Amino acid sequence: MPSKEEVFEKVREALVDALGVDDDEVTPEATLVGDLGAESIDFLDIVFRLEKSFDIKIPRGELFPEDILTNSDYVVDGKVNAEGLVELKKRMPFADLSKFEENPAVQEFATSLTVQDMCNYVESKV
Amino acid sequence: MRWFWIDRFTELVSGETATAIKTVSLSEEHLHDHFLGIPTMPNSLILEGMAQTAGMLVSQYNAFKERVILAKVPRIVFHCRAVPGDTLTYRAKLEAIEESGARATTTSHIGDQIQSEAEILFAHIDRETAHRPLFAGADFGDLLRSLKIFDVGRNPDGSPLAYPEHLSPQSS
Repeated sequence: MPSKEEVFEKVREALVDALGVDDDEVTPEATLVGDLGAESIDFLDIVFRLEKSFDIKIPRGELFPEDILTNSDYVVDGKVNAEGLVELKKRMPFADLSKFEENPAVQEFATSLTVQDMCNYVESKV
Repeated sequence: MRWFWIDRFTELVSGETATAIKTVSLSEEHLHDHFLGIPTMPNSLILEGMAQTAGMLVSQYNAFKERVILAKVPRIVFHCRAVPGDTLTYRAKLEAIEESGARATTTSHIGDQIQSEAEILFAHIDRETAHRPLFAGADFGDLLRSLKIFDVGRNPDGSPLAYPEHLSPQSS
């Protein structure tokens, strides 16, 4: 099983290659969308790279549960409701959603995922 | 007119690899001004040829039922120019494919010399309307036939590729 440092280095390599950012921009606190400029297609690129690098399978919706964010039971007026937040936490134990909870607007969700969240996710899979 | 930047396939193994060729000719009008006196096959069109080779490989994997688009080129390198008289050989390898898209690596060679190499990402789009044909009648099937996909295409076990029934005129 790889160490936390090894996981971070491989995640960093995947992000540098997928997003064309510099090594030093990829810090644990950096957000994928806000700080590193990831767009929707980049997530597919990142998923493919992580799968290859760690020899894991990342099922659709596991890293980024779009189904919750488009479910009218969980989203009201563009914001994730309390039930939705419970469901998100259940599905994403690897992510720190405390900042998102302050303003759970769907459009803010993508911007809240950090490099550390991604490392936590990978660690749960290897 | 269709946007063809490959002439024909010479090999396709379903879900694995594909090879197609493109012969560069001075009769192609775009070479007359690119560049004046130094006709050069534009690298952007070489990328398009590699993407068409890999894109057909991706599309064939799902029996041509998905709408496959070139979504991203994370890496591309050009090593030399391609000029009239050259035959470009495009090779594509399917690295990964899933519901929302696929990733392929591709190369372009002139003889034994590597001309270009790229990583290409494809997305499956408009999945809810993908059953609606983009081509009239048997046009898409005719295109696949003219590219010789079913003449050279094989399944990984070596058996020939079957022509998808949904592309035949009576089912469109």
